[in-house]
Amino acid sequence: MLDLIDWSRAQFALTAMYHWLFVPLTLGITWIIAMMETIYVKSGDPEWKKITQFWMKLFGINFAIGVATGIIMEFEFGTNWSNYSWFVGDIFGAPLAIEGIMAFFLESTFIAIMFFGWNKVSKKFHLASSWLVAIGANLSALWILVANAWMQNPVGTEFNPETARNEMVSFWEVLFSPVAINKFLHTITSGMVLASIFVIGISSWFLLKKKEILLSLRSIKVSAIFGLVASLLLVLTGDGSAKQVARIQPMKLAAMEGLYDGKEGAGLVGIGFLNSKEKRDGGEVFAFKFEMPKVLSWMAFGDAGHFVAGINDFSKGNPDRGILSTGEKIERGKVARQLLTDYKNASASGNLAKTDSIRRIFDEPAFRDNYFRYFGYGFDDDLNYYIPNVPLTFYSFHIMVILGFGFVLFFAFFLLFSFKETLPERRFWLKLAPWIIPLAYVASESGWIVAELGRQPWTIQDLLPTVAAVTRIDATSVMVTFILFAVTFTILAIAEISIMLKAIKKGPVNHGGTK
Amino acid sequence: MGRRIDKTWIGRVFGFYAEGFRNLSSWGRAVWIVLLIKLFIIFAIIRLIFMPDYLNKNYENDRERGRHVLENLTEN
Repeated sequence: MLDLIDWSRAQFALTAMYHWLFVPLTLGITWIIAMMETIYVKSGDPEWKKITQFWMKLFGINFAIGVATGIIMEFEFGTNWSNYSWFVGDIFGAPLAIEGIMAFFLESTFIAIMFFGWNKVSKKFHLASSWLVAIGANLSALWILVANAWMQNPVGTEFNPETARNEMVSFWEVLFSPVAINKFLHTITSGMVLASIFVIGISSWFLLKKKEILLSLRSIKVSAIFGLVASLLLVLTGDGSAKQVARIQPMKLAAMEGLYDGKEGAGLVGIGFLNSKEKRDGGEVFAFKFEMPKVLSWMAFGDAGHFVAGINDFSKGNPDRGILSTGEKIERGKVARQLLTDYKNASASGNLAKTDSIRRIFDEPAFRDNYFRYFGYGFDDDLNYYIPNVPLTFYSFHIMVILGFGFVLFFAFFLLFSFKETLPERRFWLKLAPWIIPLAYVASESGWIVAELGRQPWTIQDLLPTVAAVTRIDATSVMVTFILFAVTFTILAIAEISIMLKAIKKGPVNHGGTK
Repeated sequence: MGRRIDKTWIGRVFGFYAEGFRNLSSWGRAVWIVLLIKLFIIFAIIRLIFMPDYLNKNYENDRERGRHVLENLTEN
């Protein structure tokens, strides 16, 4: 039987994953459209205009059906996660307000010009609008990812016990947090890769059907170049993410690799199958694994011999490596919570002297660094509560990485065939390409599963676990809205796929959004 | 004079959107229908009926909201 927290988490996961079905294509395809239109404006070749308008049509369908699906997550913050919403204070407010204003003005204005303005504005103004849509869409993602990065690595803020909120002390520290920058780059490059696969997949289908040959060949060339560059950047930013996770969320890294006992010169598991929990707890973690020696140490710390801590090092502690046990963190978290309780009681009884003295303790760097930073550990005594779901994190991570490297090869082959002008004869590859589209979505969703499930139980790393973040409401009401969202989003996804398939089958007939 | 220029400018923008919507293709119309139904479901049904803001609905001011959350964060 699922409880309130399970339903609230399931609902948020469902909403986020459905929302993410629409976002990456928008992030990536806008760049491809802008590049194609640039070629049209430079060359004056009307075929490029036709190509641009065809992909713009598919972008329009995806954008219109996906837009505002993310706003439901904001509703969920207020309804299901009210303690969390309050606790994060203005950290979310500022980036999300900027995102809302930017998305509304930049995207709505220039998207209208993209679709309605072909014969109304100059070629260069239209081109500028297409580039601004790409820039605007990706900058909108920046603000959301800044907010998400703060949850993974809460910097630039201080907790105020009087208001029970975190207050921003440095906007720039929040904005330029290395986690935020890397997350932004990794996310937008993943969108670029997905969109390139989308274009190549559909173009390949056209080639197989011997339809729209020129459109397909040109689209594949642009997307294969763009996709190859983006996929290499994706690998690079993924490496950056791994290094940050090793430093900031080492338990997540251990779960990603199924590493229970830390070691120097740790290997990276290329492919592996995990044993049952009982066997894993007994020390037999893998039923089978193919491991690349020392690669994990090198990947995480840039040193092949570096020690990488495992799940047991965190649970039981490893004094030789300076790792506190979860038990010790629980004790420190309880001290911080008790002090907050004392503050609340002193405040309620009007004992100003006591509230002032406790407030001073909250402001002390030593208290913040040694106690309040473990505040979230004070909510549950069970050591296992602080270990994420290892199989889900492990498999999601490996699916993402294997597919990611596969996409590099995919683009390289298509680029090679494109330059050798042998694409129409490569029937195996043309048949394969449309099936890679769903795999790109699988890889993209897997990335978010690693990022979000891998940091459980935290809504805010080390500060607020889900058990404290959730609103104390009736689980049945959350279950009802879960079902409502599942139905709504499924209908939307079916609508998108059917309108999209119809538009693809019809080919580049109706241009843009107008007749 | 200035007001006339503004009016002309606003009128041109309005005309740009109006003409665009008047000339929507069949797929454009289908997408807009889905979009409007979706926005109605999100804002008129989900937001108003199922997803009210818990703290805004149940507490008068920020002080009360803060106290409530503090209570939740410190309860055993």
